Amino acid sequence: MTAVKRSVSFSHMVNADPQPTRPLLQMRSIVKQFPGARALDGVDLDILPGEVHCLLGQNGAGKSTLIKVLAGAHQPNEGQILIDGEVVTIPHPVAALKLGVATMYQELDVVDGLTVAENIYLGHELSTAGFSSRRTAARNTRELMKRLGHPEISPHREVGELSAAGKQIVSMARALSHDARVIVMDEPSAVLDSEEVENLFRVVRQLTGSGVAIVYISHRLEEIRAIGDRITVLKDGRTVAQNLAVSQTPTAELIKLMTGRAVDNVFPGREPVAEEADVLLAVESLGLEGKFADVSFEVRAGEVLGFAGLVGSGRSEILETVYGARRATQGTVAVGGKKLRGGSVAAAVDAGIGLCPEERKSQGLLLDEPVYRNITLSTFARFAKAGFLDERAERAAAKEQAVSLDLRPAGVERNARTLSGGNQQKALLARWLVHGCRVLLLDEPTRGVDVGARAEIYALIRDLAASGAAVLVVSSEIDEVLGLSDRVLVISEGRVVHEGPADSIDEHGVLDLVMEGSAA
Amino acid sequence: MSEQEVARAAVVDGPGHAPSSEVHDGRRSRRNLFSGSVGRNIGLVVALVALCIVGYATAGENFANVNNLLTILRLAAVLGVLSIGMTFVITGGGIDLSVGSVMGLATVWASTLATQTMAADTHWIVMVGVALAVGTACGLINGVLVAYGKVVAFMATLAMMVGARGLAEMISNRQTQRVTEVDAFLEFFRADLLGVPVLVWMFAVVAVAGWFLLNRTTFGRRTVAVGGNPEAARLAGIKVKRHTMYLYGLVGLTTGIAAVMMLARTTAGSSTNGLFYELDVIAAVVVGGTLLVGGRGTIVGTVLGVLIFTTLTNVFTQNNMSTSAQAVAKGVIIVVAVLLQQRFASRARSA
Repeated sequence: MTAVKRSVSFSHMVNADPQPTRPLLQMRSIVKQFPGARALDGVDLDILPGEVHCLLGQNGAGKSTLIKVLAGAHQPNEGQILIDGEVVTIPHPVAALKLGVATMYQELDVVDGLTVAENIYLGHELSTAGFSSRRTAARNTRELMKRLGHPEISPHREVGELSAAGKQIVSMARALSHDARVIVMDEPSAVLDSEEVENLFRVVRQLTGSGVAIVYISHRLEEIRAIGDRITVLKDGRTVAQNLAVSQTPTAELIKLMTGRAVDNVFPGREPVAEEADVLLAVESLGLEGKFADVSFEVRAGEVLGFAGLVGSGRSEILETVYGARRATQGTVAVGGKKLRGGSVAAAVDAGIGLCPEERKSQGLLLDEPVYRNITLSTFARFAKAGFLDERAERAAAKEQAVSLDLRPAGVERNARTLSGGNQQKALLARWLVHGCRVLLLDEPTRGVDVGARAEIYALIRDLAASGAAVLVVSSEIDEVLGLSDRVLVISEGRVVHEGPADSIDEHGVLDLVMEGSAA
Repeated sequence: MSEQEVARAAVVDGPGHAPSSEVHDGRRSRRNLFSGSVGRNIGLVVALVALCIVGYATAGENFANVNNLLTILRLAAVLGVLSIGMTFVITGGGIDLSVGSVMGLATVWASTLATQTMAADTHWIVMVGVALAVGTACGLINGVLVAYGKVVAFMATLAMMVGARGLAEMISNRQTQRVTEVDAFLEFFRADLLGVPVLVWMFAVVAVAGWFLLNRTTFGRRTVAVGGNPEAARLAGIKVKRHTMYLYGLVGLTTGIAAVMMLARTTAGSSTNGLFYELDVIAAVVVGGTLLVGGRGTIVGTVLGVLIFTTLTNVFTQNNMSTSAQAVAKGVIIVVAVLLQQRFASRARSA
């Protein structure tokens, strides 16, 4: 996954400083009132020179509004902005740039048809007596690119030819061309793959090394661990915590601050499954030679059944066998009372079973194909007329699900590769929603998904169940299985060692059962 | 507000608003169009035009006349039909080394029929049918071996390449079997339609049909999915094995069509027909921009790739240069094309 594991923290840059550095930029009690909504309700922010300051918060916490205030795109109703200790006003975007505050929006604001140099000096073209001085612009651009560690990007390249990472560099160079001292980056990693994220971090470190402060917004806590110095957390338009040192703040506490709940409460509430609900999936003494044996269970409409067990206990194999991806050596699978032909994924899919596999990238997605084609991978034939594709209908159906699952970014034309883990998972769920599946098999649904998106995926799973689907969840995280499911099966050594309501057993209980099972 | 400010404000404001995702999509697909497949094809067109300029500069009127143009197209036709089929197999993540041999076998089988047993009293369409059947059958055998027998495509089709050539030699006793007595067959396939040889028309029809099949049908979508990520395709409910078999059947069918065209062009069935064609075909497909690892294929690119190689041969011939020099030039083109393709691929990945 894109998680960049690195324990290096840059907090020493802050802590090693004997005297407290004077803040470069301060925001005090900022309030922004929109018609009908108070987007910001007293936000404080302190940015030191040369630091990476992370802004955390759930969607709707006010991060976007805050950076627009900083960029001069919105005017605050109350509060003060101070730069170098002096109160300033930022009436429009150009003023922000003049004050040395540059913003890189999530959707990169570069013009594809122009060259690198033209983009960088867009809006403040260098000129003498009305003639643009292209040579100076090119020379300055070359210097900026060198400073950003990308001397290979020529000033004369057309920006449309660059990768997303390259465009981001151009965007940063533009910020530097304004002599920016604070650069706000709104989810800069969202459009990048993991190698490019590494590269981004390298550039960020170079910038902070030269005294530029970065305000870094990301949902990926792993990234914040890797690059951030201090954290400010927003919730409901207010600063709830300020200047936390990244290295000394446990993730659990951050989540608690962001959500206002303790971590173990991120699971949505369960609704009792009706006794008379239809049994959608019935598995009877299913077995696969050498993997598992005698597995029987039923799942009703509206129910989430969890599988808990250690890696190698056979949980994933059971799921795959139910799906027909492995051919069972004994037993039967029935959907809605009808027995399935064994060993045929196509038969399972036709019967309304969908699988979101453990390895999304290698087992789930066509990474270099557009998102909508990934979403309709199981259904494109249904939209087709006499074998001819109807891409318009496909797009519309994919778009509809993308919107209903809040896929971000919502565009379905981009390649699946560019989506974050959580959104790739949503795309896979969307695939089965377009299909109209009644039975969903989810193998490690939150692997590689960041904490914020996890809660969303959990809520989606509960919503699916509430809408009448039968859901099977396999996860290595026992608390996830217990928190999400109505009922759990504990698997050990390929056998079901316990079956019961999820709230009647805890993590220790599961582990005891698992150990007992393997000792036997 | 000055113009500059307006532009700046638009730049800063634009992406922040909610509807921007659609704007972004539009911009994105446009850009893909230029830097993506069309852009690559423009590169191929430029290469082809450059070759023609070289041809005209070195051979003058001998190169640039209608007859020579038709000669190039006639030569391109057989290679082209094979390449269209090959584009599907490669896009689907496979490879078929046996097309040249199977084409030879099909010409031998069909011409045996014409020259021996029922020469006098059989309609020539039987010959065509036999060629198509032999090609398709060999393709399906490849397909079954690869898809269900789990034999690596390279080896399964290598075996077919060797075996089919041998069988062709056995049937023909290594003789060239002329079909000159089958007048109606030759008359039909060697005729011109609107001033263009029937063979060239056949190539055009196969290419257009191939384009639709790959880009506009469920069969094409499955091909891309199976080649791009077979496991994901399987878990999405696509019958990967069956589709793989169909793909080899399809290349077999195009090989049969190519065999009919070969028979018409050379007026003879021979076990040496199509020797080393598989190499030219694979080269043309890959130079055209189809990814050798599967998951992305282009019919337009394949057609351009075929035309580039055929024109190159023609230019060399016009200048009385040796086939050895030709081979060197072809080698260089293949390497350059693959290098460029890798750069495109990595860029597409990061875009």
